[in-house]
Amino acid sequence: MTTPSRWRALTRHHLFWPVAVLVALLLVNVPFTPDFFAIHMTNGHLYGSLVSIVLFGSPLILVAVGMTLVIATGGIDLSVGAVVAITGALTCSYISDQADQDSLSGVFLAMGIGLVAAVVCGLWNGFLVARMGIQPIIATLIIMVAGRGVAQLITDGQIITINSSPYQLIGGGYWLTLPFSIFVVAAVVAVTVALTRRTALGLLVEAVGGNAEASRLVGIRSRRIKIMVYVFCALCAGIAGLMISSNTSAADGNNAGLWIELDAILAVVIGGTSLLGGRFSIGGTVIGALVIQTLTTTIYTIGVPTQTNLVFKAAVVIVVCLLQSPKFRAKVFGARARVTAPAEPAAVAETAPKMEVS
Amino acid sequence: MSATTRTPTTPESRTTSRSARLLGDRRLPVLVTAGLFLVMYIVGLSRYQNYGFGEPQVFLNLFIDNSYLLVAAVGATFVIMSGGIDLSVGSVIGFTTMLTAWLVEDVGLPLLLVVPISLGVGAFGGFLMGYVIHNFEIQPFIVTLAGLFLFRGLCLVISKESIAITDSAVGSLAETRIPLGVGDLSIGAVVALLVLAAAFYILHYTRFGRRIHAIGGNEQSALLMGLPLGGTKIAVYTVSGFCSALAGLLFMLYIQSGDPLHAVGMELDAIAAVVIGGTLLTGGSGYVLGTLFGVLVLGLIKSIIQFEGTLSSWWTKIATGVLLCAFILIQRVMTTRKKV
Repeated sequence: MTTPSRWRALTRHHLFWPVAVLVALLLVNVPFTPDFFAIHMTNGHLYGSLVSIVLFGSPLILVAVGMTLVIATGGIDLSVGAVVAITGALTCSYISDQADQDSLSGVFLAMGIGLVAAVVCGLWNGFLVARMGIQPIIATLIIMVAGRGVAQLITDGQIITINSSPYQLIGGGYWLTLPFSIFVVAAVVAVTVALTRRTALGLLVEAVGGNAEASRLVGIRSRRIKIMVYVFCALCAGIAGLMISSNTSAADGNNAGLWIELDAILAVVIGGTSLLGGRFSIGGTVIGALVIQTLTTTIYTIGVPTQTNLVFKAAVVIVVCLLQSPKFRAKVFGARARVTAPAEPAAVAETAPKMEVS
Repeated sequence: MSATTRTPTTPESRTTSRSARLLGDRRLPVLVTAGLFLVMYIVGLSRYQNYGFGEPQVFLNLFIDNSYLLVAAVGATFVIMSGGIDLSVGSVIGFTTMLTAWLVEDVGLPLLLVVPISLGVGAFGGFLMGYVIHNFEIQPFIVTLAGLFLFRGLCLVISKESIAITDSAVGSLAETRIPLGVGDLSIGAVVALLVLAAAFYILHYTRFGRRIHAIGGNEQSALLMGLPLGGTKIAVYTVSGFCSALAGLLFMLYIQSGDPLHAVGMELDAIAAVVIGGTLLTGGSGYVLGTLFGVLVLGLIKSIIQFEGTLSSWWTKIATGVLLCAFILIQRVMTTRKKV
C-alpha cells in the first residue's frame, strides 16, 4: 500500500472527520491554556480539563447514544429533554419524602421509579410511531410539550433539593480516582456496542431504517424494533436525568435537560450518522458528543464571550450538514473530482451502507 | 409514508357509510376545533360568569394576548402545508424583539425605519434557510434547528441583558386601542387579523397557494407536473421568516422590551396551534382558518387557567400536549380511512 492510498483509506474511514474535528478543537486550547492536557491528582481524585470534559459531557453522551439508534431507524426523539426532567423530578421527590435520605434501598427504589417512568415515556413514543404510524417528530413532540408540564407538576413548580450521599455518587461522586459517571457512560456504551455489533440487532435496526416496509417483508418485526429503540432512547435519557439531578442534588422541572435533545441530535449528526436512517455509528456519536462539550469548554477557555456559544454551535451544525449533503459536495468539490475520477463510483461508494464495527 | 400513499380527494364510493364520509371530510378537524372552542367557551361562561368571563372584552383579549402567536402560527401553516417544518420561529421572534429594541433604544433609529429592517432581516433569514433546504437537500428539520441556534445566539450577541423600550412612538402604538362598540382591539390584534386574511386569500385563492398544497401533497408529482418546486419552497420559508419577524414586532409591542429569552419554545406553540387547527402534518391539506381556532383554543386554555386561579401555569403545557395528541390521532384515523 502506498502512502497516498493509505492516507485515502484513513480519510475515508467514517470516524476520520469527527476525530479530526475533536483533535483540532482540543489543540486550539493549548495556546490559551498551556497545561490543557495536564491531569493531576488531588485528594485521590484525578483533575484536569480532559476529565471535566468527559464528566460534563456524560449526560449528553448517554442521550446521544440512545438517539443514535432512534435516528438509525429513520426516526427522531424530541422528548428526551422532557424525559430527563421527569426522571429527575420523580426520583428527587421520592428521595426527599424519605426520613433517611441516605438509605441505599430508598435510593435504589427512587431510581427504579424514575427509570420506569422513562421507559413508559419510551413505550408511548414507540406506540405512537410504530403502531399508529405517526411521524416521529410529531409523536415525540407531544411528550416534549406535555412532559415538562408533568415534571413541574411532580415538583410542584419548585426546585426540589435533596441531601443524599449515595444518590450524589452517580453524577458527582468519584470511584477509582475517576468521576463515577464516566463508568456509567462506559458501561452503557459498552452494552450498546455489544448488543448492536456483536448480535444481529444492529443490522436489524439498520435494515428497518433503510426501508421499514422491505424489512417487514423479509420477516423482521420492524414495529417491535422501532418500539425497542424508543424505549432504549428514553431509558438512556432517564439515566442522564438521574445523572443531572444527582450532580446538582436538585430536580428542576423547568430547566433540567433543556435543549439536550438538540445537542444530542447535533452530536449524532457530527458523528456521521445519517438523519435519513439506515446506518449508524455509536463510536461516532460518542466523539460527536465530546466535540460539542469540548466546543463549550473551548469557548470558555479562549475567552470568547460565552454568549456567542450558540452562534458557534449554529455555524458547526451548518458546516457539518453541508459537508454531509451529497449535493453540496457535488457542487463545491464536484469540479475537482470530475477531473481526477468519474463522479459516479465515488457517489455509489458514499451511499453504500457502511458496516464497520464501531 | 402516508404522504406517498394518501390519495388526493377522490370521490368517495357510493357504498361508504355516512360516518366514513364524515371522517373523510377534510373540514372535519377544523369543525372539531371550532366545536371544541365553543364548548370550552360555554363551560368557561357557566363556571366564571360571576367573574366577568362573559364580557365581550374577555373574548377580544384572546386576540390581543395571542396576536403574535397567531401571526407566527400563520407562518408555520405555510411551512407545514408544504410538508416542511420550521423550528426557528421562536428564535426569530426573540431576535426581532432584541434587534428592534437595540435599534430603537441604543442606535436611536426612528421606528419607521426599524420596522422594515426587522421584517427584512427575518424574511432574509427564512430565505437563506429555504435556499439551503432546497439546493443542498438537507432536511428542513435540521436546517431550521441551525436557524434556531443562530438567531438565539445572535440575540445574546446583541446583548445579554433585556432592553426596555422607552421610545414614545412604541409606547403610544402599544397603547392605541381601536374601539369596536362592545370592546376594543390593540394594533397588534388588528395586524394579526389582517395577516390571517391575507394568508387565507393567498393559500386558497392564488396560484402560489395551490402550488404549496400540491408540493405538500406529493413533491414528486408536483415536480412532474412542472411546478417550480425550488422557488415555491424557498418562498414558503421566506414567508415563515417574515411572519416570525412580524410576530416578533407584535410581541415587542405587547411586552415593550427586548430580551434574549423572549419566546423560547414558541415554535412548539405555533406548531401545536397549526396541528390543532387541522392542518395535516404530512402537508397538502389544511385551512388557515383552522389555525385561528387552534390559536384561540390555546389562548382560551390560558385564560381559563387564569380565571380558575388555583390551577398552576404548567397545566397549560399538559393541556396543550393532550390536545395535540388527540388531534394527531384524529388526523391519523382520517388518513387511514381514506387509504382503505
